[in-house]
Amino acid sequence: MEDKPGQLIRVLEPISKLGGNIIGIIHQRGKKTPLNRVPVEITLSIDSKKVQELMEKLNQFLVRSFDEIRLLESANLILIGHIIHTDLSDTVTKIDSSDAECVELIVSMPKLSGKSTAMLTIAAKNDDALEKAIDRLKDICRTKNIEVIEPIYEEFV
Amino acid sequence: MKIAIVGFGNVGQSFLDMLLSKKEFLEKRIGKIEISFIADSKSSVSGDFDPLEALRMKRTKGRLRDDKKAKNCLKELEFDVLVECSTTKINGGEAVEHMLIAIEKGANVVTSNKGIAFYFDELMKLAERKNVKLMYEATVGAAIPIIRVLRTYFSTFTIKKIAGILNGTCNYILSRMEEEGLSYEQVLAEAKELGIAETDPSYDVDGIDAAIKLVILANTIGIRSKFEDVKRKGISWITPEAFKIAAEKGYTIRLIAEASKELIVEPRLVKFGHPLALKGTINTILVYTEEAGTFSFAGRGAGKYETAAAMISDLVAIYDDR
Repeated sequence: MEDKPGQLIRVLEPISKLGGNIIGIIHQRGKKTPLNRVPVEITLSIDSKKVQELMEKLNQFLVRSFDEIRLLESANLILIGHIIHTDLSDTVTKIDSSDAECVELIVSMPKLSGKSTAMLTIAAKNDDALEKAIDRLKDICRTKNIEVIEPIYEEFV
Repeated sequence: MKIAIVGFGNVGQSFLDMLLSKKEFLEKRIGKIEISFIADSKSSVSGDFDPLEALRMKRTKGRLRDDKKAKNCLKELEFDVLVECSTTKINGGEAVEHMLIAIEKGANVVTSNKGIAFYFDELMKLAERKNVKLMYEATVGAAIPIIRVLRTYFSTFTIKKIAGILNGTCNYILSRMEEEGLSYEQVLAEAKELGIAETDPSYDVDGIDAAIKLVILANTIGIRSKFEDVKRKGISWITPEAFKIAAEKGYTIRLIAEASKELIVEPRLVKFGHPLALKGTINTILVYTEEAGTFSFAGRGAGKYETAAAMISDLVAIYDDR
């Protein structure tokens, strides 16, 4: 945005009017562009249906890029068993839902016919969705004879 | 005060050793100490005897002077406190009978026998009715002060959860697998050689020991539960690759016993640096409170002297109000 008074409020107002919640603002005065504009990075949460409308309201500014981070909670779990030969894609598909999904899988297969070991990362919209996804994973693994090692969830305070 | 000792293996002998070596100090705290009788699984000594001589005889001949059974000693002889040091049996075994006889007679009990997990409610109710004390600090984590802390200090707190490493053998095996990248079988063989694992290791590695201790902890904080209520998984299926992959994300694996809504003993991923990521035969118990966050109690979770020290402390706690 241009480096003059009242610019930031013009961005924040439409966000606020659409019910968005500002999580953070980084105003990078030291990184002025050749057109003398100041890069501003805004992190916010907003109803996903309103993103398009917000982008239109902000079109008077140059929105250089935006990333959508939908999944805020994640958990790592270890699986041990015949992970590949019990239809891995089926396992993963059954965990995925509209608000949780497998985002990473590291597999180690030391012996061709032996058991594999994997670390699976599940990411979800919130704690509740994450818990449900983990429960689904445990149910599927029970039927496929795959052992699951869950993390300790609480941090030590 | 007259003390009856039942169970005269490593723990019983260490208890008597420690009691005699601290006798002068202990008598200042709790009054005159006498040993009423000592009994093991097949022999006993009572009446006119020298405790030191009994120790020596047990160590050299593997038995005590007389043939009188422990149960008969308990029924016939006079004592104020039963110190129950016999080996834990699943389902309680004779040790529970011994304790019931003692409590019924109006004697206090100090025990290291985890058999109390199988009759916790019955034993506690009877002790309350008979107005005697049943002390069992030594059953969980040897000398780590946790039972008395839960029963007294934390009794006014809201405890959300207890989680811990309650079996040193499993913790040794898992931390060696983590350090050396060895298989479970390789480390188990090493642990057997070092005397850390039994010839039949199932009591430890299947999580049975941890589950029994968890039941004792849970009942201590008012979660009425039995051994059968514990969801339990052992450690023998864990691959060395699991440690490698876990480490990439900053985790290790430990056998964790947890009591909250449910009682669970199973391997869990634990972040490096977490108090439950300790290595070796150490035991750790975390108490999660509503009012003041989490507390960590750690130390050597087994050993004859450690166990005996906890029992001496329990004994003094019965008679010492300070």
